Amino acid sequence: MSHKIEFILNGKSVCINTNANRRLLDILREEFQLTGTKEGCSIGECGACTVLMNNKAVNSCLVLAGQVNGSEILTIEGVAKNGLHKLQENFLMAGAIQCGFCTPGVIMSSYALLLENSNPTEEEIKEAIAGNLCRCTGYKQIIKAIKDTIS
Amino acid sequence: MSKKFSIVGKEVIRQDGYAKVTGSAKFADDIIFTDMLFGVMVRTHVVHALIKNIDFSAIENNPALTTIITAEDIPGAKKVGPIKKDQPVFCYDKVVTSGDVLAMLVGKDESELRKLVDNVKIEYNELPVVTDPENALNDNTPLIHPENKTNLINHYPLLKGDVKKGFAESDYVIERRYTTSYQEHAYIEPETVIAYPFEGNNGIKVIGSIQNPYTARRVVSEVMGIPLADVRIEQAELGGSFGGKDDTMNILAARAAVAALKTGQPIKIKFGREESIIESYKRHPYRLNYKVGFNSDGKIKAMKIDILADGGAYASMSPFATWRTVVQATGPYEIENVETNVNAVYTNNPYTGAMRGFGSPQPIFAQESLMDEIAAELNISPLKVRTINGFKAGSITASGQKLDEHEVSFNKVLEKAGAESCFNVKWNKYRKENNKIDGNFIIKEKQKSNNFILNENQFIDPENTWRRGIGLSVSFRGCSLGAEGIDAVTAYLSLQPDGSIHLSCGLAENGQGLRTTFSIIVSEVLGIPIEDVHYLNLDTGHNSDSGPTVASRSTLMGGGAVQNASSILKERLKKVFYKYWNINKDCNLIFNSGLITYGNGNKKITFKELCSLAYNDDSNMSTLGLYAGPKVDWDEESGQGNAYFTYVYGCQVAEVSVNISTGEVYVNKVIAVHDAGTVINLLGSEGQVYGGVTQGAGFCLWEELNSEEGKIKELNFDQYLIPTCKDIDEIKPFFVEGNEKYGPWGAKSLGEPTLELTSAAIANAIFNATGVRYRNLPINLEEIILLRKLRPDNLKRGSA
Ligand code: FES
Ligand code: FES
Repeated sequence: MSHKIEFILNGKSVCINTNANRRLLDILREEFQLTGTKEGCSIGECGACTVLMNNKAVNSCLVLAGQVNGSEILTIEGVAKNGLHKLQENFLMAGAIQCGFCTPGVIMSSYALLLENSNPTEEEIKEAIAGNLCRCTGYKQIIKAIKDTIS
Repeated sequence: MSKKFSIVGKEVIRQDGYAKVTGSAKFADDIIFTDMLFGVMVRTHVVHALIKNIDFSAIENNPALTTIITAEDIPGAKKVGPIKKDQPVFCYDKVVTSGDVLAMLVGKDESELRKLVDNVKIEYNELPVVTDPENALNDNTPLIHPENKTNLINHYPLLKGDVKKGFAESDYVIERRYTTSYQEHAYIEPETVIAYPFEGNNGIKVIGSIQNPYTARRVVSEVMGIPLADVRIEQAELGGSFGGKDDTMNILAARAAVAALKTGQPIKIKFGREESIIESYKRHPYRLNYKVGFNSDGKIKAMKIDILADGGAYASMSPFATWRTVVQATGPYEIENVETNVNAVYTNNPYTGAMRGFGSPQPIFAQESLMDEIAAELNISPLKVRTINGFKAGSITASGQKLDEHEVSFNKVLEKAGAESCFNVKWNKYRKENNKIDGNFIIKEKQKSNNFILNENQFIDPENTWRRGIGLSVSFRGCSLGAEGIDAVTAYLSLQPDGSIHLSCGLAENGQGLRTTFSIIVSEVLGIPIEDVHYLNLDTGHNSDSGPTVASRSTLMGGGAVQNASSILKERLKKVFYKYWNINKDCNLIFNSGLITYGNGNKKITFKELCSLAYNDDSNMSTLGLYAGPKVDWDEESGQGNAYFTYVYGCQVAEVSVNISTGEVYVNKVIAVHDAGTVINLLGSEGQVYGGVTQGAGFCLWEELNSEEGKIKELNFDQYLIPTCKDIDEIKPFFVEGNEKYGPWGAKSLGEPTLELTSAAIANAIFNATGVRYRNLPINLEEIILLRKLRPDNLKRGSA
């Protein structure tokens, strides 16, 4: 059955009619062509689908349309405003990207961390991105990129 | 060799980085066509069986279904494979492994199609399932592919000297057995491919997460029965591969192509994680038996090695991967008498093929553990036993190759790693501390019981549950394909009238940063900013076949081709410069910072102007550069020959903490010293080390995948555990840049050496920490505590 779902997506109010148990991940990719949000496992283990929901990092493969109603969603496409965000810049500078498939998810997790805590310790950084699997980089340059953003 | 560069060796930002941090990079699943259909697999329910009948009648009239594709729809070859053509695109007479596919349902709505899959009725005549590779060659074992008349995929012997005599002359002879597990590539992007027919069904275009576009092209052309030139493969942004997006992707490309030509519409096939793990190939599990004879001074006299690789149901790359094994099985040591036998066999297990390291991580784990076992036997330091036996300039390898064509940097990497890690001091210190605590006693007591709960008398002092240890490993590795195949690469370079540049190459970006590395080379040769180099993505319609992007050959071979192309155009530009300034003999021009200067600087011109002049002068400002590897040779019977034209050396030291009450191993630090020749992009090279070491640690400690009666249980990341950011504390890369005559300014290979060394270094560190030698990967909690694997029940592996 189709439901009317209204929410704020990357700063703009949007409204769609969709099945209440459709995944947020599919809504973003299929309805809005926001393909920066990736699917790597579909069960909440890899973090490639991470977006911000009301300023908290969530796995969009586990969030259903019904839950999205009335919320505020930020995806990787909404992070850069008037040029790259500091985090994005530092990911480039630190070499925190190889294949780049995990990158949007990792950036969203770190973005959420910095919203909540502007000066996290290395442990807190690791905790924040522990749910993001990256098979390429070994995480070192990712952690550096996040640290560089704080200082 | 002078190594003064303007950009080579610096930290250079990835050219494709911007698109990747903003989410605009297009991976295969991000590409959408309006009239696109989806393909969904109908998979076997059993592991080994003859197919009696497939009945689609229950779904045939379902509106969600556009068509069904089976082997009958294939116009050309029904079976494919890189070496042996033993893998069906769709099974038609037999299924031989749990990932096998019998048909593909095609329609508009992917999720509706998935609901139909279970209504396809398949009747089988089941056959006994062969899961233990040790039984594969027995007389009464069923044949996986009866037409081959054997379950042997390949056998490589190697003979040097006389091992019998060597053992007789040795003071000590020891025998050890090691085993390794499957490793899943676990690229975070699952497989996706899209195929669509050209206008009028005249050929086919495929876009996908494809590692080797030229191999995919060959497979599609064989399956469709159409010329290579009618197939165009374009690589989408690739979300990791590590050797894994080859055979599986080629077959998916062929399935999509068959359906696209049948329906006349674009077809997308998209795997979820479970499907990816079920159908894709893995790293080979190995059983390795080493017998070694050595003298009390530490000198190794003889080594006899028997290795069995589980190839699973299809040959895939087994013949090539295990060939590397036979060449490198004795490690970087000069041994007078060697006898090695490597067999790869068919079983009904998931098939195994190429994965980063490619037949080297398994023997290095065994062989470098063995070096420490020798040291322990003689009570000498791990460094010493390696120095005594290690390769020097002019050493003869097990295959009889004299190492006099490149810098043999064995000692350089070993000394650097030893010094950076204070190896001897720490190794002795930890050994003493751990002996005092006698952790051995506790661990040995525990392995007798079957559970993790301690008895009262097994009380562990909470202060002493964490033991610290340090260990090392060293390797040599043949660069590029070696005697495996034809080894030549082309690159295309084209200067535009405004000084901007098009670059492309027949090798593929796999996420490793090849585009950036190649652009750096152009920038260095022509003295222009890297931003002026525009990299064109690989399309088989625009580049010539340069072989696969494997074997860490892209910098050495592809870089060589790019350097060659850049030098050709540089020469042409010089001619234009001479003409402009009326210089009538060759002279020294400096290309730097976008400026070409002669003499004291009074004759100069910008790169942009020079390009524009060249166009006005009707010069040809486009060229192909070629790089071909020198000849190598190999004798299959004796296992002797010059296997690779050059080698790289590396040494890693791992420091770990082992919790002897929980079995947890934490990696505190890995020092990775590599001689990969000249480093082209420091940022990229460091990234290769971090990533490779992390995958190597995963292989050693956490990643376990079992085939139980031919079926995999670990189908997603909740069960198959790859390292997270919390598992390894520090990784420190060091590059010692040895001299090398091949490759661009002597740059060689790095991607694979970084992974192959880690498991042995960690295993040796665990021994230093606990006094227990673990010979079976992964060294997970149960292995540490119980000295055996919990799964699978029918295959008893373990150190107990
Ligand atoms: S796809 Fe959502 S966590 Fe992996
Ligand atoms: S960069 Fe490839 S998975 Fe993280």
